[in-house]
Amino acid sequence: MTRISPHAETALACTLDERSLYLRRLVLGSVRSAGRGHVGPALSLIEMVRVLYDDVLRIDPSNPRDPTRDRAILSKGHGCLALYALLADRGFFPLSELDGFCGPDSILGGHPEYGMVPGVEASTGALGHGLSIGVGLALAARMRERTYRTFVLLGDGEINEGSVWEAAMGAAKHGLDNLVALIDYNKLQSYGPTDYVLPLEPLADKWRSFGFAVQELNGHDVGALRTVLKQVPAVPGKPTAIICHTVKGKGLPAAESNADWHHKNKLTDSELDAIRVAVGDF
Amino acid sequence: MRNTAMNMVHKLAARDERVLYIGSDPGAGTLRAMSKEFPKRHLIEGISEAHIIGMSAGLAMEGFVPYVNTIATFLTRRCYEQVAVDLCLHNLPVRLIANGGGLVYAPLGPTHQAIEDIAIMRALPNMTVVCPCDADEAARLMGQTLDWTGPIYIRLGKGGDAVVSKAEHGFEIGKAILMRPPGDVVMITTGIMLQRALAAADLLAAQGIRAGILHMHTVKPLDTKALLQAIRGIRLVATLEEHVPSGGLGSAVAETLIDKLGSGLPAMLRLSLPDRFMHNYGSQDSLLKKHGLSADAIATSIARALPASYTSSPQLHST
Repeated sequence: MTRISPHAETALACTLDERSLYLRRLVLGSVRSAGRGHVGPALSLIEMVRVLYDDVLRIDPSNPRDPTRDRAILSKGHGCLALYALLADRGFFPLSELDGFCGPDSILGGHPEYGMVPGVEASTGALGHGLSIGVGLALAARMRERTYRTFVLLGDGEINEGSVWEAAMGAAKHGLDNLVALIDYNKLQSYGPTDYVLPLEPLADKWRSFGFAVQELNGHDVGALRTVLKQVPAVPGKPTAIICHTVKGKGLPAAESNADWHHKNKLTDSELDAIRVAVGDF
Repeated sequence: MRNTAMNMVHKLAARDERVLYIGSDPGAGTLRAMSKEFPKRHLIEGISEAHIIGMSAGLAMEGFVPYVNTIATFLTRRCYEQVAVDLCLHNLPVRLIANGGGLVYAPLGPTHQAIEDIAIMRALPNMTVVCPCDADEAARLMGQTLDWTGPIYIRLGKGGDAVVSKAEHGFEIGKAILMRPPGDVVMITTGIMLQRALAAADLLAAQGIRAGILHMHTVKPLDTKALLQAIRGIRLVATLEEHVPSGGLGSAVAETLIDKLGSGLPAMLRLSLPDRFMHNYGSQDSLLKKHGLSADAIATSIARALPASYTSSPQLHST
């Protein structure tokens, strides 16, 4: 049933540069320390978060509540290890915090919490909430004549939730061209393929018909992400949806497109060896 | 009560530019005057309660004070996770104005009857729950909602409820109002049960039973101090609510008394709706009567319970 997008094929074949491998080492170091974590959902997301935080968002890590900052919400909160890696690397909090992931006194839980983690705009984890909050943030910018932009990262399984489509209608009604939805389309949710659980196709047409300007790309192609994200809104007067074709578990051969790596508990010695081969020593 | 509360949103909007009205798909003409005067702050967002709550959270994060308005059941059951996570977890100043609390929509059946709303809203950390008794009290409440920290659930009755609140009593969120001094019994009420309690107190007085009334318009945070004062020397505490027995006013009072008194608890009578959905229609009044919440039935239940309480816990309640 799934249309094979050329972007999906290039996502599978896409090689990762040293910064992408470094960020994966941070993510997997947290998983090793905590003995748990959503590995697959974080690894599919890394380049999307990387380009946002490295190249697109107008943010100041030393002043995370700067009123002029761009807002970014990780609506698929279970992908938080990717976000934590970027926030730590960009200086929102010390890198050493990553080792405490899910610990009793850590600021970093299994889902990101507003007020606990500098740089986190909203507590997420329950799926289907982020886009509506983003609509509120974007509408507030419009009403207050502020220039910040709002980016919301959604999972493909997450958009099973009806509330996402309520939010999409609301965003289109208000013509929120200061709102960008990025969909991490790795085509694999917790149980198995999105096509099996609840088919999403034709996904681009869905977003288009809900009033969004739609872009599709290989979500691991850092250059393509930069190009598209620097040209938002794609169409003035419309919210933008960027469908990022990704690979769940990208960068770890054992984890790629493998639902068993959606959430991982303790990593075995052989798994750790395989990770070192894939992303380098950590 | 509803029109008064709505008009107060308009007045608050005139006073404070942070105020927004957000309706789902309200009746035609709702807040028409506000929509003309402040069109950008009068938002109609469709039958999408989950989205509306999340959107309101986003607006509140940016400093607005959204007043979200729809029918009570849709504002509680439909979007409970959004209320819990987006509003309460973030402790945002969104006001939920719930039309038709209790059995106001009796003719429309159980999908429209908010019989457990107090319980589920009260269970959420950071949520404030207020049930005004009449239009005047609703107006006094609304005037205090601008700067209250965190979300508020406002349970409205229907239009035309008898006005029994008094301006001289004032109004403060979280402060109960002693409407009649405690005697043999004290009735604790919330919402429009106050009207029935007043009538029941007159009926009891005719039988020589002195009945006090403590109006607990704010169910959360519960006014513990006023409650403990009101039960001094009484023989029976009777709670009255248009709500199922689980988790509402009666539960809140019982929990508080247990927590504060430990032993030596007063005899208690919890008058409420039964623990079931209503399958009768008619009117709010007819359903309340059917379930023992008319003034007559309340007085009878209290008079019947009172002698028993004399024997079951004879020397109570000095706190």
